[in-house]
Amino acid sequence: MPAAPSYPIERLTLENGLRVVLAPDRRAAVVGVAVYYDVGMRSEPEGRTGFAHLFEHLMFQGSANVEKMAHMRHVQSAGGTVNGSTRRDYTNYFEILPSNALELALFLEADRMRSPRITEENLANQISVVKEEIRVNVLNQPYGGFPWLSLPPVLFDTFPNAHNGYGDFADLDSATVADAAAFFDRYYAPGNAVLCLCGDLPVQPTAELAERYFGSIPARPTPPPPFAGEPDLTSERRKSTVDSLARAPAVAMGWRIPDPVGDLDSYLPYVVLAEILSEGDASRLEQRLVRRDRAALQQSAYLGLFGDPFDSRDPVTMTVQVTHPRQVAVDSVLKAVDEELDRLATEGLEDGELRRVNARMATQLLREADSVDGRTLQFAAYELVHGRAELLGEMPGRLAGVTADSVAAAAATLRPERRAVLELVAGGGK
Amino acid sequence: MSLLAVPALGPSRAARRPASAERVLSSGLRVLAVRRAGVPLVELRLRIPFAGRAAVHRARASLLSSSMLLGTDQRTELELAHALQEVGTELSVSSDADRLLVGGVVLRAGLPALLDLLAEVLTAASYPSSLVEGERRRLIEHLRVARSQPDVIARVARAERLFGAHPYGRVLPEQDEVAAQTATALRRLHRDRVQPGGSTLVLVGDLSPARTLDAVEASLSDWPAGAAPVSSAAVPPLVPGPLLLVDRAGSVQSSLRFGGRSCARTDPGYPAMQLANLVFGGYFSSRYVENIREDKGYTYTPRSSIEHRQVISSFYIGADVATKVTAPALLETRYELGRMATLPVRQAELDTARQYALGNLAMSTATQAGLASTLIGLAGPGLDLDWLAAYRRGLLEVTVEDVFEQSRTFLAPSGLTTVIVGDADAVRADLATLGEVE
Repeated sequence: MPAAPSYPIERLTLENGLRVVLAPDRRAAVVGVAVYYDVGMRSEPEGRTGFAHLFEHLMFQGSANVEKMAHMRHVQSAGGTVNGSTRRDYTNYFEILPSNALELALFLEADRMRSPRITEENLANQISVVKEEIRVNVLNQPYGGFPWLSLPPVLFDTFPNAHNGYGDFADLDSATVADAAAFFDRYYAPGNAVLCLCGDLPVQPTAELAERYFGSIPARPTPPPPFAGEPDLTSERRKSTVDSLARAPAVAMGWRIPDPVGDLDSYLPYVVLAEILSEGDASRLEQRLVRRDRAALQQSAYLGLFGDPFDSRDPVTMTVQVTHPRQVAVDSVLKAVDEELDRLATEGLEDGELRRVNARMATQLLREADSVDGRTLQFAAYELVHGRAELLGEMPGRLAGVTADSVAAAAATLRPERRAVLELVAGGGK
Repeated sequence: MSLLAVPALGPSRAARRPASAERVLSSGLRVLAVRRAGVPLVELRLRIPFAGRAAVHRARASLLSSSMLLGTDQRTELELAHALQEVGTELSVSSDADRLLVGGVVLRAGLPALLDLLAEVLTAASYPSSLVEGERRRLIEHLRVARSQPDVIARVARAERLFGAHPYGRVLPEQDEVAAQTATALRRLHRDRVQPGGSTLVLVGDLSPARTLDAVEASLSDWPAGAAPVSSAAVPPLVPGPLLLVDRAGSVQSSLRFGGRSCARTDPGYPAMQLANLVFGGYFSSRYVENIREDKGYTYTPRSSIEHRQVISSFYIGADVATKVTAPALLETRYELGRMATLPVRQAELDTARQYALGNLAMSTATQAGLASTLIGLAGPGLDLDWLAAYRRGLLEVTVEDVFEQSRTFLAPSGLTTVIVGDADAVRADLATLGEVE
């Protein structure tokens, strides 16, 4: 495997608890600024489904010194881009800008960490926008929310793991400014966040800028991590759901896999397993389901709700998802997947298979690391979830160290009795 | 409380033009190699002109692109997939009304192997009948599924309105046309049309430009020159027509889509047109987003853009809105378009859009993949790094008057075609209060 570029990391913690990661790389005149808050869909209280994501929208509605729309305008008129997202275990905000706008981005992020401008009018407006987001991505869309919204309640029993993180409309409609203020107070403390600065920046002056803009934000208590543990399945669970817009049936299988933070060495073979099963024309499920059996329109195997294996804490799900023609029975799809897993578990990998898959993974990891935005977000996520931004540079080597035996052993754990199966019945017309 | 001052921008660091080399091989293939040594990879893009006049061409081209990697005279499908994976790559093949596009990324050391495999596919793709049969069935199912998506329904209707019977008027082939295609027809199409003449190969990454050109020339020497490429026919004038309402019973949203002409990238007015697009709805800090999203909350997805095809560029607007605000959202869209066409934009709006365009251009070409995709996108009309530099200078010079001129010509609501996909029973009466509905 080729050597990845090395990425020096500097870190400091401000007195208010804000963790700051600096990753200088002066090749291009671009900087990335990201703030990751340790709050996600799993932190939402019952009756407030979708609140973490709604709150992400509210953080773009202005702050003490920044009018509504002005945050975006300042960044964009500096030639930069800005966005945010809500995951299971974090909510992130980031700007990618020409490096002469670094201080601007620090000012903007610090201003909303100190005091976002949450009003009745902005809340009502963003509830409307979020409902249209859910309509366009879920309610008005074939396969909308499949399986990221519909599989967790089959696999999990506790509210943090099982509930709809996009939000029920009734919960969204009943959200109040007081709820938002309380949520901010509890979860958006500086000690509950990581600030990651990456790219064309000088380390010491940038550390001083971070102190200047963020250092005076008062410290607040940080919340305990959300309760997330729950026992593994001991017998298969199956449910089905009718999608009235879908024209071809689909099925998703989910298994619990090892703790990515507490036991990364046991987790990594599953990352390689997903590659072997599903990535590319040479992969096992592509060859079996698509080419040989003609039983699938498409197949995928991935870790994490959104396909990012490193954005979540335990429990993480490995999903195998197949869209298939109506004339193919779902049980024959499940049987073929089981046979392929059995074959891996009992016969192991083929000669050269691990070497080829490693080459492909190396390419993909390098490609993701080629952009400042890719690096900024990964450094920040590794620091927040795993406590080690260095994992970005180390991951190619760590994955290359995964053995064929450990991949076969991982496949052996994906037994029918440990899985949740969700069938999507195609209710749409021809 | 007094407001804190927003920090000023520091001095900007100019981006340097990357080292590059270009050569037209004796076969007619144009090769562009650009050094951008971010990570030890090389990005590859090959564009082959693939327009066709026959009605079945689109179906045949679609099946060809999904079947091109099903094996060669030397290798089975699986052997080819393994050989590509061995150097860390996977090729993708796609087609549209203008071109066939082959793309991939490879570990630096694997570039010679990838070029040899590419040459093998180009000269000896085998299209085994049994595998083509499987791909045909799968493509038909994919098309059936795609046609249930509201965005696809809207794109199909909008393209028919914009381009009529021209090949650009068809977003997807029909399933029955795909069903009629055979492996023999694909082999013939490949032999006739997968040609180096008029094609462009772009390589961007950790490479030496001159040596890379030699390597390409050596690997692709057996790709023989063939017949002259077929270019797309001229597009008939646009007749906007009345609002077209496409029924999707029970839809909880209406998909609003608007389209018209734009000047092309080769037109001196293009930088001003791009800035008019940005000020209207091309980025978050635009009038359209501020109005129907951040003020009224009608939609999550308001946007506008300029789409480029071989012989024409067009202006696109889209928003997916709650069913009950379909007519008000249409009204606001026309209002914002009318403002663009009848009143000049403010200097501050223009300056914000300009800075965004310049920064976006720099960042989108800062990565290997971004630069490769940008360059292959420019290859259709024969543009290159020189055009990028000229476009950047052009953006710096655009005035409020230039934007007004483009807006009057291309953003006037009277010149745009309107398609709405939604629950017709629920929205028709309200829409009719604003004008004719078809």
